[in-house]
Amino acid sequence: MPELTDPKPLTEATVAGVAVPAAPADPQREKARSLAGDAWRDLRRKPMFYISGLLILFLIVIAIWPSAIASGNPLACDLAKSQMGPTGGHPFGFDTQGCDVYTRTVYGARDSVAVGILTTLGATVLGSLLGGLAGFFGGIWDSLISMVSNIFFGIPILLGGVVFLSVVKGGSVATVTLFMVLLGWPQIARIARGAVITAKQQDYVQAARALGAGNTRMLLRHILPNALAPIIVVSTIALGTYISLEATLSFLGVGLKPPAVSWGIDISQASNQIRNAPHMLLWPAGALSITVLAFIMLGDAVRDALDPKLR
Amino acid sequence: MGRYVIRRLLQMVPVFIGTTFLIFVMVYALGDPVAAMFGDRAPDPATAAQIRHDLYLDHPLPLQYVHYMGQIFTGHFGKSATGQPVTELMGTAFPVTLRLTLVAFAIEAVVGIGLGLLAGLRRGRFADSSVLAFTLLVVAIPTFVTGYLLQYFVGLKWGLANPAVAEGAPIGDLILPGIVLAGVSLAYVARLTRTSVAENSRADYLRTAVAKGLPRRRVVTVHLLRNSLIPVVTFLGTDIGGLMAGAVVTERIFNIHGVGYQLYQGILRQNPPTVVGFVTILVLIFLAANLLVDLLYAVLDPRIRYA
Repeated sequence: MPELTDPKPLTEATVAGVAVPAAPADPQREKARSLAGDAWRDLRRKPMFYISGLLILFLIVIAIWPSAIASGNPLACDLAKSQMGPTGGHPFGFDTQGCDVYTRTVYGARDSVAVGILTTLGATVLGSLLGGLAGFFGGIWDSLISMVSNIFFGIPILLGGVVFLSVVKGGSVATVTLFMVLLGWPQIARIARGAVITAKQQDYVQAARALGAGNTRMLLRHILPNALAPIIVVSTIALGTYISLEATLSFLGVGLKPPAVSWGIDISQASNQIRNAPHMLLWPAGALSITVLAFIMLGDAVRDALDPKLR
Repeated sequence: MGRYVIRRLLQMVPVFIGTTFLIFVMVYALGDPVAAMFGDRAPDPATAAQIRHDLYLDHPLPLQYVHYMGQIFTGHFGKSATGQPVTELMGTAFPVTLRLTLVAFAIEAVVGIGLGLLAGLRRGRFADSSVLAFTLLVVAIPTFVTGYLLQYFVGLKWGLANPAVAEGAPIGDLILPGIVLAGVSLAYVARLTRTSVAENSRADYLRTAVAKGLPRRRVVTVHLLRNSLIPVVTFLGTDIGGLMAGAVVTERIFNIHGVGYQLYQGILRQNPPTVVGFVTILVLIFLAANLLVDLLYAVLDPRIRYA
């Protein structure tokens, strides 16, 4: 693993090209505007932001209220209709158990989006708290937190997920989320640590310290707002990958379990029947891919807006 | 250099201990390996106690861990659920997964860096936007979906490749699974290279190189690429472990009997020696790859001096 004192190579590697931290590009042009205001202006000009934003909004609405567009019950199945193709009122056809694929695909959004958002919240709060403390206080805290996050980094997340979840046997949104937060926070912690260290060395922070600002004021007023940009970017992109990870774990049989309705479970069940009934695989797989795509696109748009260096 | 290597090796020790201990605790403390041996039947208490004693399970957890590690370092990995020594399973599984990983790694490095360089040099033009759109799509579609889609279309419908990998896993059969395994990482490598190339193409040393009349090929390969590869190499190194772990999914789709398959069997049958043994080796590979990356820095960037 690269040197702990040099967070840059790995942070860049982990988030694939997010330069840390965001530095205002052209000091003459953006004299009066804040970074957030500038980023917002920039976002509003991007079609990608609107497309992904609308998609995500739609996903959240059907996650909360799936019956709005799907009147059926995802668990009401009729074996007589096993693997039947599309018919009137059932545009996506039926799966092996004779359940309506359309209803299951719609209801599948709920758990996926819930796991994704809850994991992101948990990992971001835990990661930026620990990473921020490590970066700000340094010394023993830094060594300790860096060591712990290195240990978690030593376990590839998929491997750890399969081992941990197969032993815990939860299969609920709560256990899957808990585990993903446990293995996901070090990624955010690294970014947060790097961002806080960079922010700490800035002249205005030194000036604040010289003026007698306490730790709390320095952290909340000066460092946090400036270290936030890279954390937001990484978290948004991570949200998409968390949804993908949840589906992968469910697909392997260790994530969410039936009767939970999840795209990963449906894809796993459809995968044996790909020759006979490809429609069973294509619809949930398509829904999953579009969801992940929407969050990653949003992350990309936010990154471009928050990181003018890349323009 | 020698002192640096020793220091890095020493730094790896706590990480190795921590990681293996974490896995050990997950498997041994949270599960019940003795009950798993008996399946659905309830074991006779005396027999269960005897097995516990034989497997060193009647000691406190840290002691069990020390005992287990001692066994591992003398080459005793225990027995799998079928009674085969775990080392034997490793002997057949690791070469297969290693081949798959190498195929995936080669695809990832060559195609990823190639696409990234192309996009970085043609920033803002058509090639750049298509590479970005392509990588976005690849990252968004989960590996197992790409795996089934490629298997269905390339393997079954068009018959261009074997949909499943034959016994012994010949390289020819591994190309399709290799592409699937490499997919997401390939996209990251391409994006990382693109950013790095774009950033470095504005550097002073590059302008100097162009100004003194060096041929474009030399400017791009020696000056631009070499300097741009530093973050990419970091990612590639850390990704080896990720690729081997990702093989759990790919091997399942294409029916490859490698590490992922054995690990999955070990988990299904709750056989701790298999799981902990395989994961320990994987962690060692992961750490060794990271060390190698750190040492490679010196080759790529002469400014880095190891004291």
